[in-house]
Amino acid sequence: MALHKEHELHKRRSGRNMGVGILLAAFVVLILALTMVKVTSNGFSFPDTQAEQN
Amino acid sequence: MSDASINASRAYEDEASFGDYFALLKPRVMSLVVFTALVGLLAAPVAVHPVVGFCAILFIAIGGGASGALNMWWDADIDKVMKRTKGRPIPAGKVEPGEALALGLALSGLSVIMLALAANVFAGAFLAFTIFFYVVVYTMWLKRATPQNIVIGGAAGAFPPVIGWIAATGTMSVEPWLMFLLTFMWTPPHFWALALFMRSDYDDAGVPMLTVTHGRRATRVHILVYTMLLAVLAVGTAFSGIGGPLYLAAALVMNALFLHGAWKITRRDENDSEADNFKVERSFFKLSLLYLFLHFGAILAEALLKPYGLGGW
Repeated sequence: MALHKEHELHKRRSGRNMGVGILLAAFVVLILALTMVKVTSNGFSFPDTQAEQN
Repeated sequence: MSDASINASRAYEDEASFGDYFALLKPRVMSLVVFTALVGLLAAPVAVHPVVGFCAILFIAIGGGASGALNMWWDADIDKVMKRTKGRPIPAGKVEPGEALALGLALSGLSVIMLALAANVFAGAFLAFTIFFYVVVYTMWLKRATPQNIVIGGAAGAFPPVIGWIAATGTMSVEPWLMFLLTFMWTPPHFWALALFMRSDYDDAGVPMLTVTHGRRATRVHILVYTMLLAVLAVGTAFSGIGGPLYLAAALVMNALFLHGAWKITRRDENDSEADNFKVERSFFKLSLLYLFLHFGAILAEALLKPYGLGGW
C-alpha cells in the first residue's frame, strides 16, 4: 500500500513538526561542532592512551 | 455543522503550537539568564573556545527554561487566577500540565548532562542545583509559605553568572559571587515594585507577597532598605576584579537614580499612587530592568576591554 499524507492532522501540526525537526537538526550540528572542537583541542586524549601514559 | 464537528474545530483552535511550548520556557526570563551567564563566562579570566562557550550558554539557558516549565506545571492553579499569568499556555488550555512536566524534566536532564559534557562536571552539577533550588525550594516550598519568597527565591535567578564563570574556569572565586549578589539584592525591590502596582493579583492567588502579609506601607520601606543595601554592594563591586572605571561610572549613575526612585516610592501613600495609576512604581520597575542590564553590561565591557589594556583598574 502506498503511503499518502492523507490526514488533515499533518497539515494542522506542520508548524509544530517543522519546529521540532529544525531543533533536532540544529542539535545534531551542535554536537558535531562540539565534538570537533573537543577532539582537536590540545588537552584531548583517549582514555586508553591516558591509562598507558600513567 | 454538527455538534461534534464544532467541538472538534474548537479543540483544534486550542491545540498547542510550537510557540506555546516555547512560551513554557519563559523566554523573557531566559533572556536575562543568557545575558548574565554570558557576562559570567566572558568576565572569567580564562579564554573559552567560542563553540564551547556557545554550548555552555545555550545549555544554561535551556536549564533555565526547563525550570520555567516546571514552575508553570506546579503553579498552574495560581497562574489561572492572576491577571499577569492567566494567558500562560497551561491556564489558557493550550498545553496540558503533564506535558509541561515532561518537557521540563526532559530539558532539565538534557541541559545538565550537556553542560557537564560541553564545559565541565562542576558547571553541570551547579546547573542541576539551580534547577532544584528554583523548582523545589522556591516554587514548591517558599513561594506559598513565606513573604520572604522573593528574597530567597531570587537566589535561583542569580546563579547563572556563577554557572557561566564555572563553565569557563571549572573553579569558584569571589567575583562570580559578587555578580550573584548583585542580582540577588536587585530581585526584591524589582518584584515588590511589581507587586505594588499588580495590586490584587497576589492577594487573589493567596501568594503571601509582602504587600499581602505586611501591608503596602511596609513593602515601600522594604524597597528602600534593599535598594540602599544594593547600592553599597553595586558600587563596592567596582573595586573588585570585575570592576573598573566604566563600571564605577555606570554604578554611580544608576544607583543614584535607583535610590531616588525608591525614596519616591517610600514617600508616597496609596492615594497618591492610585491617583496617577502607580506611575512612580511602574517607572521604578522599568528602571530596575535597565539597572541590571547596565551593571552587567558594564562588567562585560570591562572584560572585553581588558585585552586592549583598557578594562579594569
